[in-house]
Amino acid sequence: MNKTILLGALTVAGLAAGAAAAGTMDDVKARGSLKCGVSTGLAGFSAPNANGVWEGFDVAVCRAVAAAVLGDPMAVEFVTTTGQTRFTALASGEIDMLARNSTWTFSRDTDLNLDFVGVNYYDGQGFMVPKALGVSSAKELDGATVCIQTGTTTELNLADFFRVNNISYEPVPIETNAEAQQQYLAGACDVYTTDASGLAATRATFEKAGDHTILPEIISKEPLGPVVRHGDNDWGDIVRWSLHALVAAEEYGVTSANVMELAAAPTDNPEINRLLGTEGELGAMIGLDKEWAVRAISAGGNYGEIFEKNIGEATPIGLARGLNAQWTDGGLLYAPPFR
Amino acid sequence: MADASVSPKDSFHLSQLIYDSRYRSLTIQTVAMMLLMLGIGWLVYNTTVNLAALGKDISFAYLWTTAGYDINQQLIPYTSQDTHARAALLGILNTLLIAVLGCLLATIIGVFAGVLRLSKNWVVSGLMTVYVEGFRNIPLLIWILIIFAVMTEGMPQPRDFRPDENGVAEASMILWNTVAVTNRGVFVPRPVWGDTAWVLGIVLALSIVAIFAVRSWARKRQEATGEQVPVLLIGIALFVLPTVLAYFVLGRPVTFDSPVLGGFNFQGGTQLRNSFIAIWLALSLYTGAFIAENVRGGILAISKGQSEAAFSLGLRPNRTMQLVILPQALRVIIPPLISQYLNLTKNSSLAIAVGYMDVRSTLGGISINQTGRELEGMLLLGLFYLIASLLISSVMNVYNSRVKLKER
Ligand SMILES: N[C@@H](CCC(=O)N[C@@H](CS)C(=O)NCC(=O)O)C(=O)O
Repeated sequence: MNKTILLGALTVAGLAAGAAAAGTMDDVKARGSLKCGVSTGLAGFSAPNANGVWEGFDVAVCRAVAAAVLGDPMAVEFVTTTGQTRFTALASGEIDMLARNSTWTFSRDTDLNLDFVGVNYYDGQGFMVPKALGVSSAKELDGATVCIQTGTTTELNLADFFRVNNISYEPVPIETNAEAQQQYLAGACDVYTTDASGLAATRATFEKAGDHTILPEIISKEPLGPVVRHGDNDWGDIVRWSLHALVAAEEYGVTSANVMELAAAPTDNPEINRLLGTEGELGAMIGLDKEWAVRAISAGGNYGEIFEKNIGEATPIGLARGLNAQWTDGGLLYAPPFR
Repeated sequence: MADASVSPKDSFHLSQLIYDSRYRSLTIQTVAMMLLMLGIGWLVYNTTVNLAALGKDISFAYLWTTAGYDINQQLIPYTSQDTHARAALLGILNTLLIAVLGCLLATIIGVFAGVLRLSKNWVVSGLMTVYVEGFRNIPLLIWILIIFAVMTEGMPQPRDFRPDENGVAEASMILWNTVAVTNRGVFVPRPVWGDTAWVLGIVLALSIVAIFAVRSWARKRQEATGEQVPVLLIGIALFVLPTVLAYFVLGRPVTFDSPVLGGFNFQGGTQLRNSFIAIWLALSLYTGAFIAENVRGGILAISKGQSEAAFSLGLRPNRTMQLVILPQALRVIIPPLISQYLNLTKNSSLAIAVGYMDVRSTLGGISINQTGRELEGMLLLGLFYLIASLLISSVMNVYNSRVKLKER
């Protein structure tokens, strides 16, 4: 009799464990909201605005996915993660997806059992210093005290850069961008190093942004993108193609302003028709309805709109498209065909 | 009751397992044991199933791969090309450093504050009350952050020490230009040992032996003749004079490398980083407040008759405290002191708040994060704290049994 209880308990435990690993889409639908892991606050990428509503370039990816799956871009529960907690939060199922300036690397994709579904920002690691230091190249930083966020690719690149160039430094490990900013401004470190986009975003919030300069060296490749758990490929497909939909929309000139009009009736561009569901059954292939991409694009606009609104040249962060331009404009953005 | 006499054997009912007091405790224990085993079994099973579902295995091989990250406070040499195991070792040493220095300082602070809180001078005892209550009732984490914030926001930057065109600097070093207090930490001179420095060590060791010899001679003499020798003065003289003499005779074999401003920062000397200072001071002051209460409680536990007896023998208050009260109070003080030391050691893991590179930050932090080995890292971390705690309490228990009342 006791054996039956034991076996029963084990079976239940096993079933529960199995259920947690697959079927993220069903979980999200049942819950009615998407749990999206974001940073603890990085202007332009993910930060709550004055009304407490999360906004930013990474946040927009979460909203597009929520719109595609749940029909409501606001049905997102944002979970803040630090560099150290983000992958554990994802692996443990605390979040459904991660959009937090996370670099796609070999070991994260394989050994950590995660799946990077694409790249929403092609970046590289840079250095920011106060102009008063009179430094013009990262190679002049011998003996400098450097603030770094722990648990990032940043700290590994930094160690490599200084070792290869045979110069020394004093690392100051820090948990979040906000703390790093405070330490840097207090002069507790000479240099702040992280992804160049993060530096620009951080600098934009400074009172005297002009007193700080970003050094010319970019010491690494940092393709940043949304991440899901390895093993739930259906869910991975949804996040991957939501991102592609935003990129493709920009390529074909579908914007938040004209998407409704274009989706009303088939146009003479079949690619747009398949994307917006007026032709073919693409939505059904990923378990969604026909209008999934229409909703994703309406949520915050296409990739270009999201970029310009949050981090583009008109914003205080002022990032140029650079590598993040469409392939047709000499950039790296290249959405696979929708067919 | 009457039933008990009617042979119970031939009429054993299952319900007796619960209602019969002869079997009840056995039943409860068996059930509890089964539930416990079931609970543990479920945890283990659940872990393996979930790990398998995530496609993860349990392996400690990552410890021997390249760590790739740098550590600022290094008690032994380390580069980013060393292994995760060595990074863990560095973290362990940094934790032990904080634990040892923290326990030392906390004990000193605690004993002083505890004794002074009993002072008849109300200013002194009032101040100590404020200290004890202030530190006991505000969370440790807040003290760590306060000290860290004062150090980073309140102290001058290294470049403020550089004179401007007019030759005046905003900040200057203290203690005859040997110590620099900056917002990156305190830079102090570092001793540089010369060739003959070992002689000094021997001289010092001999002096200490001599001090003990003088003490036991003085005690014997006092027992025999009743005369007192100023042991303290002689002790201090013995401790200082021979070594200082040897230092000059040998031609100053120990020199001090003072920090000097160069490049981005002070060079030379030893840097006590802000993170280290914050965690060390906060832990010591916080734990010291609890120790002070133990000490005060221990002293109050000694009956007043003891000090009255000592006074009537003509002992002055200081000596009464030293010879009569403290030795007895120690028996009361030490057991709770052990748990304070354990607390301090475990609380040192709050170092995460200020980025002190202790074992939690290396083995249980960056290494886990860079390799994804959460379970392995946390198990090892738990194991380390377990072993450290067991060691501390066994050492303290040995000491405790030595000062215990010897019953003959
Ligand atoms: N791309 C790197 C670094 C990511 C990172 O930590 N970025 C910082 C600055 S760009 C950040 O997002 N900080 C926000 C926070 O602290 O929550 C990685 O994936 O390891």
